[in-house]
Amino acid sequence: MTKLLQTLMDGVSVGSLYALIALGYTMVYGILKFINFAHSDIFMLGAWVSFTLATLMGWTSDAPWIAGPAVICGSMLICGTIGFVIERLAYRPLRAAPRINVLITAIGVSLFLENVGQLEYVFGTRPQRMPSLLPDTVLASVAGVSIRLVDVLVIGIAFSLMGALEYLVFSTKLGRAMRAVSHDLKTASLMGIDVDRVISITFIIGSSLAAAAGFLTAAKYPSINQPAHSNWILFGLKAFVAAVVGGIGNVRGAMAGGLMIGLVEMFGAAFFSPNLRDVYVFTLLIVVLLIKPDGLLGRATVEKV
Amino acid sequence: MSSRLLRLAAPLFTLAMALGCSGGGSDAPAASDTILIGEYGSLTGKEATFGQSTDNGLKLALDEINAAGGLNGKKLEVRVYDDQGKTQEAGTAVTRLIQDDKVVAVIGEVASSLSIAGGRVAQQYGVPMISPSSTNAAVTKIGDMVSRVCFIDGFQGYVMAKFAHDDLHATKIAVLYDQASAYSKGLQDDFGREFTSMGGTVFPAQAYTGGDADYSAQLTSIRETAPDAIYVPGYYTDVGNIALQARKLGLTVPLLGGDGWDSEQLGKIAGDAIEGSYYSNHYSFQDTRPEVTTFVETYKQRYNAVPDGLAALGYDSMRVLFDAMKRAPSLSGKDLAAAIAATNGFPGVTGIITMDANRDASKPAVIVQMKGNQPTFVTTVYPKGQEPAAAAPVDPAAAPVDGAAPAAAPADPAAAPATPPPATPAAKP
Amino acid sequence: MARESGLKARAAALAPEPMTVLKQSVLPLVAAFVIPLIFHFGIGPSVGAYPSKVLLDIGINVVLAVSLNLVNGFTGQFSIGHAGFMAVGGYTAGLVTYYGGYRIWGDSLPHGGFLGAGEMLFLVATIAAALSAAAFGYLVGLPSLRLRGDYLALVTLGFGEIVRVMIQQTSDIATDATEIAATSWPSLLWKVGGALGFTGLPFYTSLFWVWLWVSLTVLVASRLKTSTHGRAFLSIREDEIAAEAMGIPTTTIKVRAFVMSAAFAGVAGSLFAHEVGTTLNPGELGFQKSFEVVIMVVLGGMGSVSGCVLAAIVVTVLPELLRSVDEYRMVAYALTLILMMILRPQGLFGLREIWEIWPFKALFRSEAK
Repeated sequence: MTKLLQTLMDGVSVGSLYALIALGYTMVYGILKFINFAHSDIFMLGAWVSFTLATLMGWTSDAPWIAGPAVICGSMLICGTIGFVIERLAYRPLRAAPRINVLITAIGVSLFLENVGQLEYVFGTRPQRMPSLLPDTVLASVAGVSIRLVDVLVIGIAFSLMGALEYLVFSTKLGRAMRAVSHDLKTASLMGIDVDRVISITFIIGSSLAAAAGFLTAAKYPSINQPAHSNWILFGLKAFVAAVVGGIGNVRGAMAGGLMIGLVEMFGAAFFSPNLRDVYVFTLLIVVLLIKPDGLLGRATVEKV
Repeated sequence: MSSRLLRLAAPLFTLAMALGCSGGGSDAPAASDTILIGEYGSLTGKEATFGQSTDNGLKLALDEINAAGGLNGKKLEVRVYDDQGKTQEAGTAVTRLIQDDKVVAVIGEVASSLSIAGGRVAQQYGVPMISPSSTNAAVTKIGDMVSRVCFIDGFQGYVMAKFAHDDLHATKIAVLYDQASAYSKGLQDDFGREFTSMGGTVFPAQAYTGGDADYSAQLTSIRETAPDAIYVPGYYTDVGNIALQARKLGLTVPLLGGDGWDSEQLGKIAGDAIEGSYYSNHYSFQDTRPEVTTFVETYKQRYNAVPDGLAALGYDSMRVLFDAMKRAPSLSGKDLAAAIAATNGFPGVTGIITMDANRDASKPAVIVQMKGNQPTFVTTVYPKGQEPAAAAPVDPAAAPVDGAAPAAAPADPAAAPATPPPATPAAKP
Repeated sequence: MARESGLKARAAALAPEPMTVLKQSVLPLVAAFVIPLIFHFGIGPSVGAYPSKVLLDIGINVVLAVSLNLVNGFTGQFSIGHAGFMAVGGYTAGLVTYYGGYRIWGDSLPHGGFLGAGEMLFLVATIAAALSAAAFGYLVGLPSLRLRGDYLALVTLGFGEIVRVMIQQTSDIATDATEIAATSWPSLLWKVGGALGFTGLPFYTSLFWVWLWVSLTVLVASRLKTSTHGRAFLSIREDEIAAEAMGIPTTTIKVRAFVMSAAFAGVAGSLFAHEVGTTLNPGELGFQKSFEVVIMVVLGGMGSVSGCVLAAIVVTVLPELLRSVDEYRMVAYALTLILMMILRPQGLFGLREIWEIWPFKALFRSEAK
């Protein structure tokens, strides 16, 4: 029972991180129809920028309460800007190019960010310890499972950011513009929507959500891997799998997919075998794609001439 | 069509020729007054910190040797190639060192899979190779050209099992290992076997993949078994998160580890969570033997850092090689390999090094405990059969332990004869 | 009647001359055997061991790049699981030469000289590697090729990761001859070394074998490109819906491309497994390796066989030349990749072959006629 509850909680908490990253993938895919491989590197940058900010500000121990919010905002801001620059320099020139080229560019950007990050005078090749900026106290203990403030904050922040995005996409003018661009880029531009601006904003939002996920990951798992570690990509890929499983291009699907992947991974690892946790995720992907190629919440689309 | 194929081949021929020429061009690398030694290691990539430490230690030894006049007036020179932690690159680097640079010997690799790739090349071309710190048993099984100055996993597993059993009085131990690392897998097997043979219980091992952030599923399973200690034979890069999450889940028992934990970064990334945990290592920088104190002193002066085990092994591998070069009748591969294999009682920083029949260094290991973010010397564990007064020169090393050691190291060997075979540890089937 | 004979006459006029048949069909095959021989006996011994090792690495990368090009270049699909097929092939071949060697000779050392019994076993192993990789290619390809391009990328990547994790689960290699003789084949299948890798395989990979497979791969790819089948591949790349409308069974063709590509990746895996100075281990056959192959294909030009060959050479040789500035090498690759996509999205050569481009075109013009 304890194990069940503990696993449930871990699954939800990891799942909400996946969901947060998945949102960025799904937004970009919804609009530009390509896998932004560099997204998992923005996620990595989110963690490393948070670490660097906290260290620069001297918040290594006994950080004031403002440190957490300040660092997460700073990191989101910086990574949002980086996302904007990447779109501007690398993706925009390829707007008319075949999707495969954009995909390859994304791989290029991803390799670039990792390998620059790994340089000695950038972040280096050592893992580092993220200072604890979010208070880490036990809130309550239910059936032997201690509920920690960090986990609650991770889940809370993740869900409120997702809620904010949901509001933005479905209830604001900008959101309507995004949905229009996603639906049909050309028509949207004919209707007077500044497509470039909408795409830029999409990248900024997606990147800052990834940065927030990076910060929260570093808060939850304070020993952060070096920038070129393949685990960053793998974590991001699982988030992308979440987006696909949920139905790519669908904001709610990304959230549902994220939670689902988190739970599958955790329950598989805890009750079956931890050796195969990556296998569970990718098997789930293949199974979902075979049964319902458009994801759980996705709409079926037929490619037309 | 055929002409196309031929045309395709044409640039290839040119390239091959160009490569051949460039290879031939640098054919006379070492002037007659220097002796060239090769080194390959992961200077970039995932394991970069390991390669860099080894390189630092090796260069320190090199400069000392040259300052003392080199070998019969000839200076030694080391040529280093980076292998980025990839076996294919390691094989190419060693081929280049041997065939192109004509080195007399090769020193290399921390990771066992890379030492195996490079070692098979060295064996093929009959050039001796010393691995500073690959502990997997398979490395020296390649052949008579390959040796190492570190102990092997079988012994390291025994060391921690013995320490856990005799000193910590643990009876039930949980294991969490890195399934993507041959090192971790091997150590986990050896530890489990040794600890079980001592009468302890080892719970079914839980696996993770190096770089994972979340270990809660494995640790939750481990918590259910209520172990006395958790053996985590992984790399320090992962131990930080493992320790932190174990403590969060209320697992307060000590963690035990191997030499993969050895990094000054460990205390920084794991903080309080690792306090009180133990790991086995090649040496302790707090050792008071003169070899160790001078090494630590000069290393600190030069690199402004405390040398870790890999730096010490890099240093020792160079000196063992030089010692063998002095003794060898000639610097041919055969003579030099034989001289290295005959190393006996060499006073290294990491202990008295004697090569056994498998060309594995047979020497004691130390157990250190994390205290105040620093590894603190606890005890020395000797190979089976060598315990009592193994050698006179080792004894003073173990005796003046700066008061930190709770367990009397020389006392417990009395318990050891229960496991009689004095043979070298763990020959894998 | 008259019309028919007219047709016959025209058909007869179109039938190739015996000399042309010889030149177009036999000569390439002869060349495919002669070139490896030249490499093995001519170039190899004269340049020395280190350049030879680089030539082996180049050859293996050429096989990988040209075979991935069948899917990513010709057919316009996007696979990033090539290393997974390579791993399947490598381990299959390793099982044959290692345990097969033990069953036959009682050890795993190379036996026989050039084209001797051992090398024949290696040939069998490589063919087995190709077949098993092709089978996996079929398994992965069949369901996933019905999906759109990006999903395919993800599924191939997922496949590669699953293969890697499964290999990590395997147990230690058996090294005792009597033990191996007593163990049944099915249980030997699992004894391939886990994370440490399949060590101790005999060194059969020589310049002859590598360049024989390079020649065959290049021959198949370049003949395919100009054949009817190849045109079908290309038509999918250009416009899948139009191709479908023209009666091309797109799914069948895609699966076919996938199977061929996987088979050659399996061959590359076998060559890699038996090369001096490599260890077949799961850590190295992850998605980074697949990315590396993708980079070669993209740099060379998606659809250009000779471009891929050239890119594979450059990507293999560059690190050898740049060992001193290694930290920046990957940064430079990444930048090149991005700039290439922006400035020359079709890759260095695009669909064209080297001899179809200006300086070479002038060189070969007379011959081309």
